Amino acid sequence: MLNRLTRFFASRWGIILTGAVVGVIAPLLQKYGNPKNMGICVACFERDIAGALGLHRTAIVQYIRPEIIGFVLGATIAALIFREFKSRGGSAPIVRFLLGVFAMIGALAFLGCPWRANLRLAGGDLTALVGLAGLVIGVFIGVLFLKSGYNLGRSQKTHAAAGWILPLLMVGLFLLLVFRPVFSEGGPIFFSESGPGSLAAPILLSLGAGLLIGFLAQRSRFCTVGAVRDVILMRDTHLISGVGALLVVAFIMNLIIGQFNPGYTGQPVAHSAWLWNLLGMVLAGLAYTLAGGCPGRQLFLSGEGDGDAGIFVLGMIVGAGIAHNFSLAAKADSVTDGVLTVGGLSQFGMVAVILGLVVCALIGLTMRKKIA
Amino acid sequence: MTKIVDARGLSCPQPVMLANDAIREGEFPIEVLVDTVTSRENVLRMAKSKGLQVEFISDGDGFKLTITK
Repeated sequence: MLNRLTRFFASRWGIILTGAVVGVIAPLLQKYGNPKNMGICVACFERDIAGALGLHRTAIVQYIRPEIIGFVLGATIAALIFREFKSRGGSAPIVRFLLGVFAMIGALAFLGCPWRANLRLAGGDLTALVGLAGLVIGVFIGVLFLKSGYNLGRSQKTHAAAGWILPLLMVGLFLLLVFRPVFSEGGPIFFSESGPGSLAAPILLSLGAGLLIGFLAQRSRFCTVGAVRDVILMRDTHLISGVGALLVVAFIMNLIIGQFNPGYTGQPVAHSAWLWNLLGMVLAGLAYTLAGGCPGRQLFLSGEGDGDAGIFVLGMIVGAGIAHNFSLAAKADSVTDGVLTVGGLSQFGMVAVILGLVVCALIGLTMRKKIA
Repeated sequence: MTKIVDARGLSCPQPVMLANDAIREGEFPIEVLVDTVTSRENVLRMAKSKGLQVEFISDGDGFKLTITK
């Protein structure tokens, strides 16, 4: 039975099912309370968690998102049932941490991860097309590095307990969410009272959705960056058929429940400064490719005991703190009294994106280890 | 002589790339060592898409795939 399920999830229908389930669930999470065109966003939700913990103090984006917790623990459950849980790590962790930091800085220049880029497009946000173009360019650059021998070296099997660190951290976050302790006057845990951080589906619904997606994605190896990478690298359309299913199903769902609002400016939690949408996603796409997978995939790998993916996740959460504390994250377009104010990046944000591109290029160029 | 590709501990997409390089060299059989089911599936899919025969067995902590024409 388990073998048959494993074969199904490894098949094209397995990956399409996973993408389609995400395509159904994400618009529903939005309908039940999550921010617009943000039914699921790995980067945004990790940023909200960073805010809830006080790693940044941007008051409108602070919440412990149960979807992230569910992604990791759903993958853990799947990995345990199918006997794939394996503690491993030690493949250039500090580099992966840095890639996580810059992946988040890039993601917050665009205001979303590849998952949300697709969901934004499915909701009619045409700026997402620019972001997705940036993603493809970033992945393409990453593939060039891969072809020229870039790699971060082998991971090693390690103590069983080490693989449990990220899953247990998620359990801890869930306890903080449920009990909402206040650690000092005016201190964390913070929960937004307005803005995107205050918009959330009910906790159990979000957690359940996260667990289901985490489970399916661990089995099918769903990855929004691997999807693009495999097409460029090997003309392999396996993973991208899952992402395609996500996009098409989310689009249909948005049409059905009235969440499709096409336009280029003033889209929810998005900005129309095209150059920085593009470059932000080039940076994120490159960082994800160099790290071996999209931010969702890094959560699923963390759930099955991959400490290197766990380090990348922690890098993204710390990166969110850095992005907001140093005013690197983009401001969304805003419309007041019918007047559009185009959002985008501060000068600091622009410098950070360029710096990130330079750092990632240096990582890609200098970390070429011969693997015999 | 059997060509051996040791892809254990490498993250995506390295195992598939290394196996692909070995296939291009054209000397069969090729043995590919991987340590995760994900890598096993990926190498399997890639080799089958090229019309090659693939078998695998559990090997210690991982798997040994044998690719033949």
